[in-house]
Amino acid sequence: MSTDNDPMAEIRASFFIECEELLEALQDGLQIIEDGADDAETINIVFRAVHSIKGGAGAFGLEGLVRFAHRYETVLDEVRAGRLDVGPDALKVFFQAADHLSDLVRISREDAPLPTETTTELLGALDAFLGDNAGAEGEPDEDIDFQPMGLSFDLDLDDSGDDAADTELNLDDLPPPPAFDAYDEATAAEMTGGAYEITFIPGPELFDTGNEPALLLRNLQTLGDMTVRCNLFDLPPLTKLVPEIPHIGWTITLTTTVEENEIASIFEFVEGLCTLKISSVDARADDPPSSIADQIPVAALKKPSTDMPETIDPPQAAPPTAPEPTPIAATTNDKPAKQAASAPAKSVVRVDLDRIERLVNLVGELVINQAMLSQSLEKSGLSPHSDAISGLEDFQRLTRDIQDSVMMIRAQPVKSLFQRMSRIVRESSAAVGKDVRLQTVGEATEVDKTVIERLADPLTHMIRNAVDHGLERPDDRIAAGKEPQGKVRLSAAHRSGRVVIEIADDGAGINRARVLQIAIDKGLIPADASLSDTEIDNLLFLPGFSTAAVVSDLSGRGVGMDVVRTAIQALGGRITITSNPGEGTTFSISLPLTLAVLDGMVIEVAGETLVLPLNLVVETLTLKKGDVQMVRPGRNVIEVRSGFVPLFDLGEALGYRPPLEKFDGAVILLIAHEDESCAALVIDNIIDQRQVVIKGLDESFYRAPGIAAATILGDGQIALILDPSDIIAKAGTAVNMPNTVPAQGLSA
Amino acid sequence: MTDSTGTGTIELLTFRLAEQEYALDIMSVREIRGWTHATPLPHAPQFMKGVINLRGTVLPVMDLALRLGLPERAQNDRNVIIVVKHEDIMTGLLVDAVSDIVAVTSEDLQPPPELASNMAESVVSALTLIDERMIRVLNLPMTVNTQESAAA
Repeated sequence: MSTDNDPMAEIRASFFIECEELLEALQDGLQIIEDGADDAETINIVFRAVHSIKGGAGAFGLEGLVRFAHRYETVLDEVRAGRLDVGPDALKVFFQAADHLSDLVRISREDAPLPTETTTELLGALDAFLGDNAGAEGEPDEDIDFQPMGLSFDLDLDDSGDDAADTELNLDDLPPPPAFDAYDEATAAEMTGGAYEITFIPGPELFDTGNEPALLLRNLQTLGDMTVRCNLFDLPPLTKLVPEIPHIGWTITLTTTVEENEIASIFEFVEGLCTLKISSVDARADDPPSSIADQIPVAALKKPSTDMPETIDPPQAAPPTAPEPTPIAATTNDKPAKQAASAPAKSVVRVDLDRIERLVNLVGELVINQAMLSQSLEKSGLSPHSDAISGLEDFQRLTRDIQDSVMMIRAQPVKSLFQRMSRIVRESSAAVGKDVRLQTVGEATEVDKTVIERLADPLTHMIRNAVDHGLERPDDRIAAGKEPQGKVRLSAAHRSGRVVIEIADDGAGINRARVLQIAIDKGLIPADASLSDTEIDNLLFLPGFSTAAVVSDLSGRGVGMDVVRTAIQALGGRITITSNPGEGTTFSISLPLTLAVLDGMVIEVAGETLVLPLNLVVETLTLKKGDVQMVRPGRNVIEVRSGFVPLFDLGEALGYRPPLEKFDGAVILLIAHEDESCAALVIDNIIDQRQVVIKGLDESFYRAPGIAAATILGDGQIALILDPSDIIAKAGTAVNMPNTVPAQGLSA
Repeated sequence: MTDSTGTGTIELLTFRLAEQEYALDIMSVREIRGWTHATPLPHAPQFMKGVINLRGTVLPVMDLALRLGLPERAQNDRNVIIVVKHEDIMTGLLVDAVSDIVAVTSEDLQPPPELASNMAESVVSALTLIDERMIRVLNLPMTVNTQESAAA
């Protein structure tokens, strides 16, 4: 609907951002309800989320979205009104509807055609909860097609308008019409006790946001006996009518037992979009309807005229007679305060990601510059106690602080990711017919945005695996003495500068005998191999491995755990498995907090400066004569604490120089792999350990083997960041479990 | 990006490579910098000189002479890197020396003879004469796209 230079496009974009927040709130609310705490406020939050999405969607003409949200909202309203209990069945549908709503939002955002099949199916499921009301509420078109002009007023169009002052409102053509009585002054006067007079005048924004006065009035009716009078004195002649501007308001007299703020809460969603005054009838009993006009502020009604016919002229001609500037404040002010108390408001700023990227880059430059400065100061031979050196130390500290703060800007809680996973659990458990409950822990744990984005796919795969392969069928669970409902636990936590994400199921654990058999059958390991339990578990990560005996909807799509491991490794992380037979399996992913900086070891090989990720370096050694043993020509090992570790000459592996002939006195680095196997790299020299800013390499022309990225050193030169596992694979040896080496590794 | 075979006047940046004259559409040229040491990439094709630091960006640099199959020449002070941008990707092209900026019309450009059997010809999109000197106008996408040659 919008083009690039459409000013609406921006507003529309912010609506969709808002939608994401609302959908998150919706998910949260449903989760809280599922956890058993279905207080009124939570249901309100859920309702409000759906309602606000509907409102925004209405303003942008996203009809499909409005239609679905409306029906969803109607059912939630039943819950809110206490007419419908949220049982497990209802909750399931609510969750599905929330998922679908999020789909619809996404699809609407892309201007793609909406999926009608799922929508119809879900609408049916939702309507099932409405019972008799379903039909009446069914066609939302009437509700969203809010046209004040559509009401049947008994109105002489040629008239100057004075007859229109108090006309009975006929609500017959609106959905379930509340039993509005014609306004009867006597009735109002007779009212005693908890009687309120409510003046409600919609502003243009109220209709823009998809609200419907009739629904509000109907909600109001549930609070007690009510009479409604429609105020039409502002209605201009047809020739001067601007359809977008509402010209009618209502005066409601309500006899009720509830508190005033409960009445105000009915109008919660239209707060600020209308003029609202709630006053106790007793308080104003002395001067009845004459005050009504006074209560109408200028903003809502351009022409707050009294009943005098002569003032009904072009709006601008009549100055406001007695405006009351703060009509709503007193009655509804307590509402926002209450909301703030229930959900502590975080003050956040939405920033374009590009700007943050720029800041991150600039800070990277700063770090590099700082390193250059310290190098040149070092060379200048200044005393370590000089002002320049101590100033530099302060500068270094500041740089580090700035860097940390900037990285924190990109950090996001993993919550949104976890919410996506709860959806995956719902969908995949439904697909395989298992009852699964997802427990999430540490949703507030913050990780770099890029890490979160790139974790989504591996996590989805692992969650599906846990549901499909990890958990047993309900019958088997009962037979094993467990609850029929399976549990998947997804947790995130910070641990020593990294984030650890665990996916744990309480299923049967890895069937090691079967895993071993499959690996042997597929020729991944020799038939006579004797592997430890951990080694068997790690077989799951081998390419081409699948434990699924039957290819189900979820698995067998050619994506294996090897892909997961590759994705995790690409993020600089590692993944490990632990499994206890009968008790379940846990996958543990350890990731760096950010992809922008790296603690690196700066080394020198054949005159080139290179950087190795520090977390991979286990140990540094200097070789003595006789440490190196040749296994076969070109293949050497060293003995490290009674184990043999393959040795790689980094200079040769990178093509920087011919192979070394003797290794005496060479510096070697012991490198650990994700599966805890080791390799030793021969280098010339260790220069430094420092934090480096990771710069991506453009690989569109040439992808250098063994190189993960680059960084800029203090002298402005570029140093390449090594990917040791790639080097080792390229050098022709797979180091994980020497007896499982696939032969084709040599040709890579 | 303006294609050199289009109509109207185009400006060309001319430069020398192994005693021959070449040119690039100036619209694709971002800057010209002096030669600095490039960090070599392991196992890279010979024409990939490596990467240099362009104000915080890692810029791949290729030796244009080697890329076009011309003889390698000794490094000297006048060697410069022409930074070009094609489809948002920046590349540095090492050339012997930059000569001039000339404006030509599309009529001045002649298609090269159909000899595109080797790489040098296939990256030349047009020929033009300026002061009796023949200038080879390079096809930038073909020049920087090294996928085939890297795979070969």
